[in-house]
Amino acid sequence: MTIYDLTLAELRDLLDRRELSAVEVTTAYLERIAETNPKLNSFITVCAETAKAEAEAADRAMAAGETKPLTGLPIAAKDIFNTAGVLTTCGSRILGNYTSPYDATAIARIKAQKAVIVGKLNMDEFAMGSSNENSAFGAVRNPWELSHVPGGSSGGSAACVAASQAAAALGTDTGGSIRQPAAYCSVVGLKPTYGRVSRFGVVAYASSLDQVGPITRDVRDCALMLQAIAGYDPADSTSVDTPAPDYQTGLTRDLKGLRIGLPQEYFIDGLDDDVRRAVEQATTTCRNLGAEIIDVSLPHTTYAVACYYLIATAEASSNLARYDGVRYGLRADQAANLIDMYMQSRAAGFGPEVKRRIMLGTYALSSGYYDAYYLKAQKVRTLIRQDFLDAFEKVDVLLTPVAPTPAFALGEKVNDPLQMYLSDIYTIPVNLAGTCAMSLPCGFSADGLPIGLQLIGKPFDEAAILSTAYAFEQATTWHQRKPQL
Amino acid sequence: MKITHADVEHVSRLARLALSEQEIDSLTCEMDAILDYVDQLNSLDTEGIVPTAHAVPMENAFRADEVKPGFTPEQALSNAPDAAENAFRVRRVIE
Repeated sequence: MTIYDLTLAELRDLLDRRELSAVEVTTAYLERIAETNPKLNSFITVCAETAKAEAEAADRAMAAGETKPLTGLPIAAKDIFNTAGVLTTCGSRILGNYTSPYDATAIARIKAQKAVIVGKLNMDEFAMGSSNENSAFGAVRNPWELSHVPGGSSGGSAACVAASQAAAALGTDTGGSIRQPAAYCSVVGLKPTYGRVSRFGVVAYASSLDQVGPITRDVRDCALMLQAIAGYDPADSTSVDTPAPDYQTGLTRDLKGLRIGLPQEYFIDGLDDDVRRAVEQATTTCRNLGAEIIDVSLPHTTYAVACYYLIATAEASSNLARYDGVRYGLRADQAANLIDMYMQSRAAGFGPEVKRRIMLGTYALSSGYYDAYYLKAQKVRTLIRQDFLDAFEKVDVLLTPVAPTPAFALGEKVNDPLQMYLSDIYTIPVNLAGTCAMSLPCGFSADGLPIGLQLIGKPFDEAAILSTAYAFEQATTWHQRKPQL
Repeated sequence: MKITHADVEHVSRLARLALSEQEIDSLTCEMDAILDYVDQLNSLDTEGIVPTAHAVPMENAFRADEVKPGFTPEQALSNAPDAAENAFRVRRVIE
């Protein structure tokens, strides 16, 4: 038994039976990180000292009979989560020296269960990217093929879980940033319904689309993590005051009576042959498990990427106005006056993709263009959301690819922003609709690169996609494969 | 061209983002290509469609106006590039 290859549920069992201590588990993971991180660059900060102290506290809590589901389990977080006393860079030079004075709610909730936070994970700067190549702290490499990207923007989170550097990770998903890297790295990732998990303390990118979610080894662990972070938070006025159900008890092994929809617009030209085959095979598996497969239509799919890049950049240009070099973050020293200090600080602190999106968003919101771009996109968003609501009149869950291709090579798309944006074509509509979806392993390409399956659920019906995913996972072995590092 | 060098320069001032001439040149091309791509939205008739600002319909969330603990001045200033007398210090604003 290798400690760092165990799931959260398996570790929980061994901790509960006193066969392992939290200190032993944490030590094993910290050694694994030290050994593998030079190859992957998935961590920006490793919290070695505080993790050991948290593990000791977890062992004391378990000895005192105060065990909670995540007590003593090693978890890492995307560097977008404010974490008290720890560097929180958001992958940007402008926050390169920012040590947060407070915890994001998602961090506070896993800390309240005495989970052990082993470190902060690399990401595309301000979560803007699909390859993790936009980080000010260097690209992350895909554990399955080091010359390839891990996906983005939560590339560090997916690579970390795939490479057994933490038992689970927290990520965020604005247009696919949990699901696409989960697919590229053969791990499980879930984007909850907008409002299901608090965004308080998560560095904002596009506030009407951002959502926090888990990345894990398997579906049971995903349910465990979602349970810990889901629920109303008065500090996030968009979090929804609806109690989260018990996600564990809903996990069953058959799909009898379940109606699964295949959106025809997702199986089009440009979909890689290996991905198509794997997703078709997954459909057959679900049918064999008792599900009814139904063709459905999401007619406005083709407009989603255009709609997203107006709404997300507009919101980003507004959110990122706060980085002005006054209260925290990088300040340019050579400025002539206050305005020049803002302009020079932002020029020095932001990378090219962030500048591109701030510029596009500012343009789309500027006088004379607001109606033509931003308002138009918000209207198209209504149509895209309605597509999903109509489809969910006929089916319980939608089944699609996560991305049109497996992971691409480092450098392949970095100079073509539009091509990079199109790698999110199957994930973006879900954020625009505000509903929930997850990615789970469903095969490998001829070249040995992971392929992901996307399950999309009705708003606030995370339980349905988790139970569908669990049944699929029990019937397949893809999630048991591990990369050789 | 949907967007010119001068437009990009103007937007950079609105965005408080200093750009080099080279950056303005490449952004003009890139933004032009992206704006060309997003133009496909105009092929959709959205007459009478209500815009979506948030995917989950919700009303304003109010809370009681109560004093609660917040950051201490030391915490609030802990990341300040420059601070003095319990305040963030910047260059002179009014000449």
